Amino acid sequence: MVSDDASHASQAKTAVAGPLDNLLGIQGTALSLHRARIDQIASNIANADTPGYLARDIDFEQALQRAAGSADAGVDIARTAPGHLNAHNSAGAPARQVYRIPLQPAQDGNTVELSTENAKFAEAAMRYQATLTFIEGRMNTLKTAIKGGE
Amino acid sequence: MSSFGIFDIAGSALAAQSVRLNAVASNLANAGSVTGDPNTVFKPKEPVFEAIAVSDGQSLPGVRVREIADNTAAPLKRYEPGHPLADPEGYIYAPPVDAVEQMVNMISAARSYQANVEVMTTARDLTLRTIGAMSR
Repeated sequence: MVSDDASHASQAKTAVAGPLDNLLGIQGTALSLHRARIDQIASNIANADTPGYLARDIDFEQALQRAAGSADAGVDIARTAPGHLNAHNSAGAPARQVYRIPLQPAQDGNTVELSTENAKFAEAAMRYQATLTFIEGRMNTLKTAIKGGE
Repeated sequence: MSSFGIFDIAGSALAAQSVRLNAVASNLANAGSVTGDPNTVFKPKEPVFEAIAVSDGQSLPGVRVREIADNTAAPLKRYEPGHPLADPEGYIYAPPVDAVEQMVNMISAARSYQANVEVMTTARDLTLRTIGAMSR
């Protein structure tokens, strides 16, 4: 009896959630990828003076295709020791990390260039805001639909 | 996903850069601390940075000060027989602090600190805007 109720509940939930599941479409995925990229660049800026640190970035286009399921899954780096860093970004979505090529390599092996990172950070923040604006528009559209144009 | 991991990362950098600024302050303050014994002379402090995961579940590295190393350069030996701290041969020993190098270090630390403050400000604005967009 209990299990029947539960299955009914889950069916009802599925029926309700169905049309709203993909509420934000690709924009939701893009937002979290932009967020991951902002985090990555923040990490680069934090390590601007760490000897031997290699600046990384996320290949956004490839990451988005992969998150949308239209690219092949690729391979992930195995973690064989606790100190190994996770190749996945913090959003949990697999994102290919690429190394930044420094314009002027430093003697201590650090490839972070503060000016480049600042520019990339501003760009990523702007893209995030643009995506957020699309999502806001989408939500306003839905709200209008729900309220019947009031 | 933790939306606030970026604050841990930028915060770790602020802490590390302020240690670096403190080291510069200490080195400059002690630049004139002369002694008559080369073994007890002040050794300039050099913080060594290291990339490290700063919070649980955060795969991106922040930064921390692994150690504050002593600069091993030989003390500067000066012949000043009239100096009250001079050794029997008339020499005094000053720390090998290069004021220009310290100032460069200070500017670099201050710039990095500012960049991380900028990151925090932007991250805060974006987070607040996102929360605002979702709660309207």
